Amino acid sequence: MNLTDKNSKDSIEAIASTIFLVLGIINIGFVLLICVYLIIAGLPAIVKIGPIDFLFGSKWASTAAEPLFGILPFILTSIYGTAGAIVLGLPLGFFTAVYLAKLAPRKVRFTIEPLIDLLAGIPSVVYGFIGMLVLVPSIRYVFDLPDGASLFAAIIVLAVMILPSIIKVSITALEAVPEEYELGSLALGANEIETYYRVVVPAAKSGIAAAVVLGVGRAIGEAMAVMMVAGNAANMPSLFESVRFLTTAVASEMSYSSGLQREALFSIALVLFVFIMLINAALNLLLKHGRVRRK
Amino acid sequence: MTDIVKSDAIPDKIPASRALHTNLLKGCMLVCVSLTIALVGFLILYILIRAIPNFSWEILTTKPSYLKGTIGVLPDILNTIYLVATAIVIVLPLGVGAAIYLTEYAKSPKLVKVIEYAVETLAGIPSIIYGLVGMLFFCQFLGLQTSLLAGSLTLVIMSIPVIIRTTQESLKTVPNGYREGAFGLGSARWHMIRTVVLPCCIDGIVTGCILAAGRMLGESAALLFTAGFAHALHGYIDGITSSGATLTVALYVYAKEQGEFEVAFVIAAILLILCFITNYLAQAFGRHMQKVK
Repeated sequence: MNLTDKNSKDSIEAIASTIFLVLGIINIGFVLLICVYLIIAGLPAIVKIGPIDFLFGSKWASTAAEPLFGILPFILTSIYGTAGAIVLGLPLGFFTAVYLAKLAPRKVRFTIEPLIDLLAGIPSVVYGFIGMLVLVPSIRYVFDLPDGASLFAAIIVLAVMILPSIIKVSITALEAVPEEYELGSLALGANEIETYYRVVVPAAKSGIAAAVVLGVGRAIGEAMAVMMVAGNAANMPSLFESVRFLTTAVASEMSYSSGLQREALFSIALVLFVFIMLINAALNLLLKHGRVRRK
Repeated sequence: MTDIVKSDAIPDKIPASRALHTNLLKGCMLVCVSLTIALVGFLILYILIRAIPNFSWEILTTKPSYLKGTIGVLPDILNTIYLVATAIVIVLPLGVGAAIYLTEYAKSPKLVKVIEYAVETLAGIPSIIYGLVGMLFFCQFLGLQTSLLAGSLTLVIMSIPVIIRTTQESLKTVPNGYREGAFGLGSARWHMIRTVVLPCCIDGIVTGCILAAGRMLGESAALLFTAGFAHALHGYIDGITSSGATLTVALYVYAKEQGEFEVAFVIAAILLILCFITNYLAQAFGRHMQKVK
């Protein structure tokens, strides 16, 4: 090997390592870009309107002659909607996960799991579309309402949408529990079901909690499906009334907004972003907690 | 043998309350599983049954025409292909490169932690926020206007975490002995990665691409304000620089704003089938990967 060959090889190596360093660091750049843009775009309106009036004002009338920008209805709707979705989706997902992870025969499990993957992959507009055509009319019919597009419809759609992530993360958590725990419990005379619910589930607690937090993140960030079934009126949340979520507040007015109204929409996105960051921090904490304990 | 291990071999000693507890939980599980299956079954059957009568060669191969009053989804299909292909081509080197840095190059654990935290954050941000930032940054700041290119760049940032995660996982499965062997033979790091490590994890990278493509196909909120709504029929170069609706956005517009449910069902069925195909491919590659191991 002659000297120039070696030199060119060295420089290729140096270039490669710099490129990879840049490609790694660029991800931090992406996060900063998103933060900076949201803050630059979102803060001015909050300052102009006043943080208290903005966050706790209970009336949103962005296109009125004297516009009011209170986003409390959206915040509460997002919280109630997400909580409702968890209340419906968690038990359904939890029991399904325990069955699939522990009780189901291999064949059953291998037929059901692709179905759950499919559920996870169906685009949110499809959920919204089916919700709009099936769920909304049936809610109107069953509860005898003038319009079925309501918080309740949104809760059901969200519950279905978070179901696959709850099931999959819970299954992973349940399977990570060492088999010795199970064998010990069985040897002490507990039957299978008791073992699963009294020994395995408590041991997988933090993983299941992570599944819930992940579901919360999904539900609070969902826009399109909710926009199609929730009715989009800026009411204070009530189960059978048309409501607007944080996400749909941004999406529904963006196309025709201007001036302070537009700035306020960015502020709503900033509030949503803060919520998501809090949820992410909680998720990280839970996952780390689970990892440390298992060691 | 297993019957002896399990304690329900002696049922007569189980008190009634214990039996009730057991049966109650069993019942709960069966109800929940059947509900879940019923749900999936209903969604699939309902969409397919409502879509099949409306499927026709014409709807798949024409563009909407106001003159004839017909609707075709060809522009939307093409837009989706342009968008996803562009985004994948850009995100692949970015994501794979970042994963290589994290697993092969990085020396400072602190920097790795920060980058991994950043990637996790990216994975958790809702798509509507990507849509807004994409609109502000790509469409307005970089002057790309509402175009498929702006949309696919937004999707690039959105799907980077998927590629990084799957690539990292498959990089970690390459035994360290391979690396040490290559180093021992005098290979430099990049040469070793290029000739030894990467060929071992092509499957993982392909799986990542399929998963990312699946997410892009289903994305809509991030595209509303970045890629737009147009249904014009374009070639690739014109298409990528002008506004265009993808299948998901078209479904939203037809269903919510125009009330054209027949077309919406056709699009929903197409999306369902695409989703099924991407899931199947991802799984097939994943299984192939495990077999090789």
